[in-house]
Amino acid sequence: MTLAQASGQPFIDWSWIADHSDDIYVRSIEHLQLTGAAVVIGLAISLPLAVYSYRHQWFYSPVTWVAGVLYTIPSLALFAFLLPYTGLRARTALIGLVSYTLLILIRNIVAALEGVPTDVLEAARGMGYSRRQLLWRVEVPLALPVIMAGVRLATVTTIGLVTVAALIGRGGLGTFILLGMNRFFITATLVGSVLSVFLAVIADALLVRLERRVAPWSDRGLAT
Amino acid sequence: MGNDVMISLEGVTKVFASSATPAVKDLSIDVARGETVVLVGPSGCGKTTTMKMVNRLVEPTAGTITVDGTDVMQQDPVELRRGIGYVIQSIGLLPHRDVRRNIGTVPYLVGWDAKKIDDRVGELAAMLELDEDLLGRYPGELSGGQRQRVGVARALAADPPVMLMDEPFGAVDPIVRERLQDQFLDIQARLKKTILFVTHDMDEAIKMADRIAILNKGGVIEQFAPPEEILRSPANDFVRRFVGAERGLKRLGLLSVADIGVEEGPVVGPGDARQDARRVIEEWGFGWTSVVDDGELQGWIDASDLESVGSVGEASPKPFSAYVTFNSSLRQALDSIVTSRTQVAVVAHHDQRYAGILTLERISKEITA
Repeated sequence: MTLAQASGQPFIDWSWIADHSDDIYVRSIEHLQLTGAAVVIGLAISLPLAVYSYRHQWFYSPVTWVAGVLYTIPSLALFAFLLPYTGLRARTALIGLVSYTLLILIRNIVAALEGVPTDVLEAARGMGYSRRQLLWRVEVPLALPVIMAGVRLATVTTIGLVTVAALIGRGGLGTFILLGMNRFFITATLVGSVLSVFLAVIADALLVRLERRVAPWSDRGLAT
Repeated sequence: MGNDVMISLEGVTKVFASSATPAVKDLSIDVARGETVVLVGPSGCGKTTTMKMVNRLVEPTAGTITVDGTDVMQQDPVELRRGIGYVIQSIGLLPHRDVRRNIGTVPYLVGWDAKKIDDRVGELAAMLELDEDLLGRYPGELSGGQRQRVGVARALAADPPVMLMDEPFGAVDPIVRERLQDQFLDIQARLKKTILFVTHDMDEAIKMADRIAILNKGGVIEQFAPPEEILRSPANDFVRRFVGAERGLKRLGLLSVADIGVEEGPVVGPGDARQDARRVIEEWGFGWTSVVDDGELQGWIDASDLESVGSVGEASPKPFSAYVTFNSSLRQALDSIVTSRTQVAVVAHHDQRYAGILTLERISKEITA
């Protein structure tokens, strides 16, 4: 079947898709797992850094500078650099993916925290919230809708980036795109890219629903 | 007052790092237990800064502040604030908590059990006339007036003896503001909190205060006295300017008829003969006389009513379109005087018993006194 594409075969080879449905399923799951893990780890790193920069202005510039540098490294190059140290493993892919989420997440969380209305903070301090209670019970919950917008952006970006990790054998649906490129087999490339876009759209929609769940009040008008 | 001082500021100065001149300079002020002291002044006079130093949202540069005898600097600021009710103009309700949780904020922070918080929230909602079905809403779903009332309820929740209120009724239209002020005065009459209140509105200060401190730039006190005294004898030009126009009228609003007493006026009884009644009307020169039967005010008659009768009892007295009582303010009495044809207000007790009259001369003597 490999070279069939060139000789007048149908544009999409449905039988290939049917034959590889198990493989497609496994790669889709891998794709989602990599994305999920990258965003969760990215969030775990970004949150404390963002909270610290929110409270200590001087820290914001250096931390966003580092995250910005990481963000500008071409993804292909990053994997090439990492490969000798971390090998052809999921770990390598994750390091790269996580490093791309940091800039988006840190900047978003800091902006979200800074957007919490000052009158609410003043009233809360005046009533006797301690610094820690203020952070976890007022500032973070109120910043949540904006933080979630950052998480959505990071998630959608990461879903796209995972395909590049196919080069080191951990690319989820990117594996099909690469396969199609190597063998001039358009069906595989289409399967990989269409499903990748599909995953991004679904993930985004699910996160919007999650956002409404965690911040039901933001729907009902935030008049201050 | 001695022991009865609840909040005391002594020689308090605040210099912000961003400015060379102090925001508040060597200010001393005291608030007695159960008293409402209003800090009033133009913007930039340091009134809000002064108030925020009491709960340490702003830390004083120098001086001593005590609440109920304890130096605030010796207390944990978080504990201190939980013991002091706090209301600000923008209210700052937690937008992500429903009204119930907002009102219960401080009890929740200090760890009351759920049942007790719920009972207390219900009690406060009733006190501030907040409908039960508002309790489940988010602040974003409330009207301005409702939000202000939730803000006040929240400040009262843990029943703090001391309240700090920074333009608490500033963000609503004048009609709602008036209603909220009246409602709060009612509540305060029962609860007897010690209140430090900040406003830029002199009329609000006059209405709410037991004593008013008028502040000038840099937190300098120009006058610290009861409203009536400030209106009667402003300490200097700054105070006079700040109090503004209608100083006399504002003062009349604070004084009641009982404060100056009544004058004698023309009175006849049902048993009086026609010519006696005529003489009374002529002697007083108003052209009419009150008719009082056994102490009770019946109305008034003039000469024409007496034409075809033998005695006052046969005439039918006309009701007064308005009369004032001892509780009426002099401002109301004045209104009654200027709208009456003969420039006299008739004063009666609540139960319609006749008391006397009030004239323009009598009131103007009071204004100029």
